[in-house]
Amino acid sequence: MTTRPQRSFLAKLVVRIPYAWLAAFFLVPFLIVLKISLSQTAIAQPPYTPVFEISGGLHGIAQFFAGLSLGNYAFLGTDPLYFLSYVKSLEIGAFSTLLLLVIGYPIAYAMTRMPRQLQPILALLVILPFWTSFLIRIYAWINILQHDGPLNQLLLALHIVREPPVWLSTDTAVYIGIVYSYLPFMVLPLYATLEKLDETLLEAAADLGCPRWKTFWLVILPLSAPGVIAGALLCFIPIVGEFVIPDLLGGSRTSMIGQTIWTEFFANKDWPTASAVAVVLVCFLVTPIVVFQHQTMRGIERD
Amino acid sequence: MPKASRFNLATLCAGIAFLYLPILILIIYSFNASRLVAVWGGWSTHWYAELAGDAPLLDAAFISLRIAMISASAATVLGTLAAVVLVRFGRFRGRLLFAAMIYAPLVMPEVITGLSMLLLFVAISIDRGFWTVVIAHTTMAMCFVAVIVQSRLIDFDMSLEEAAMDLGASPAQTFIAVTLPLILPAIASSWMLAFALSLDDLVIASFTTGPGATTLPIRIYSEVRLGVSPEMNAVCSIMVAVVGVAVIAASVLTKLGAARGAPART
Repeated sequence: MTTRPQRSFLAKLVVRIPYAWLAAFFLVPFLIVLKISLSQTAIAQPPYTPVFEISGGLHGIAQFFAGLSLGNYAFLGTDPLYFLSYVKSLEIGAFSTLLLLVIGYPIAYAMTRMPRQLQPILALLVILPFWTSFLIRIYAWINILQHDGPLNQLLLALHIVREPPVWLSTDTAVYIGIVYSYLPFMVLPLYATLEKLDETLLEAAADLGCPRWKTFWLVILPLSAPGVIAGALLCFIPIVGEFVIPDLLGGSRTSMIGQTIWTEFFANKDWPTASAVAVVLVCFLVTPIVVFQHQTMRGIERD
Repeated sequence: MPKASRFNLATLCAGIAFLYLPILILIIYSFNASRLVAVWGGWSTHWYAELAGDAPLLDAAFISLRIAMISASAATVLGTLAAVVLVRFGRFRGRLLFAAMIYAPLVMPEVITGLSMLLLFVAISIDRGFWTVVIAHTTMAMCFVAVIVQSRLIDFDMSLEEAAMDLGASPAQTFIAVTLPLILPAIASSWMLAFALSLDDLVIASFTTGPGATTLPIRIYSEVRLGVSPEMNAVCSIMVAVVGVAVIAASVLTKLGAARGAPART
């Protein structure tokens, strides 16, 4: 730890510029969302009652609080659409995170078994698809999964199926899209922890006659827990709010909460309801986000 | 170290194949002369030629490139400052909130970030368009920049900075003459990440854009919703090629820089 230095004017500026930027464009917008979620829908442009009239003075402040209503939240409770949408999002988030772990773990583990000089290249190979556009990668799957696409052609040619199955607009397609898009986010944190694993522990276990599966279960898996948690959170939180994948690959019946916010906002022009839906989503995600921050900060400061 | 088993090799190959096959198939189809997916009409560059005449698409690509350039540069400056604050300023009042504002956007669903930005712009009645997208992308990307530069600053050999200060350099001089050149590779790669994030973003841009500022992803999205087309295959293949070449070139350059430049600079 550095001792508390004398802060010059320049040093203060260094703190204040990014601080002010984030406060203005990240924190304040959230407070506005919160406020609008508590206001009434108005048929106007913008379609809600004003945010805050500072000119009103004390009277204005009183009016501000009087104008708040929980009506939008009560409305979310009355329509099962919202409830189902939250449940669906959390379900897809949890299940696909599990899938990602099951698929990503063996890949990350296999990477650490490769020769040292090959490992950076493998890490680059895993991260490279992440650099190509998200939208393009989903589009690539529309190509593959469409009715007369390569997957069905292959399945028909191999006589695995008689009739081409429908892939697009199903939950299966959404899961494929999510696993495909988020795999690098799962593999890389896992690889980072597994790579630091002390080899002598494995040798010790082997010397003492521990079978390999048991070594994995009792030594490797517990020691890689930080990577598992980091990877799982890095995937779970954004997946719950995912919009593009369910919109392009999912059917009309798979409505995730990201789509609900999008429709409320763009199609129904109901900004207060969209804000209320967003606030409730943040409430669901606040615990995992705080755990994620804690993990990242500890991880970075320990290294 | 235990050697890779056959199972390890198989999972690795399957994993890499899973990641690359879809993109490869996309590129192959972009050269299909036939408009139908099921029919292979022979190799052709017809769809690429078609693109050159698609003015709205080219406009959108140009707007996206400009937004990505400006927002990546702004995000790199702001994110580097933020990283310096996080690593070098010790504890100060509001540090916890500052750190929270850096880490939260990394995982925040884009729908929420986009919605909140848009409501801000409406509340302070700024007309939405090119610059609002730039601001939104800068805010999102600066957090990624901060995390990358931060991890580089933590690895940093502090004695170099201390030596400069002992020799009478001010903190600002030390930062520019000693710290900055050494963290330059991290800054360069975070600029590229910021650029790629901006070029790729659909959701935040959709919320914060206005008339006359249709970005490439928004354009592609509206086409893709209608289904697969060979023109889209061609556009996407070009984007994959550009990004692929850029990333590989950048990683080779950083390798060379790390091998050659580091000792020379110190």
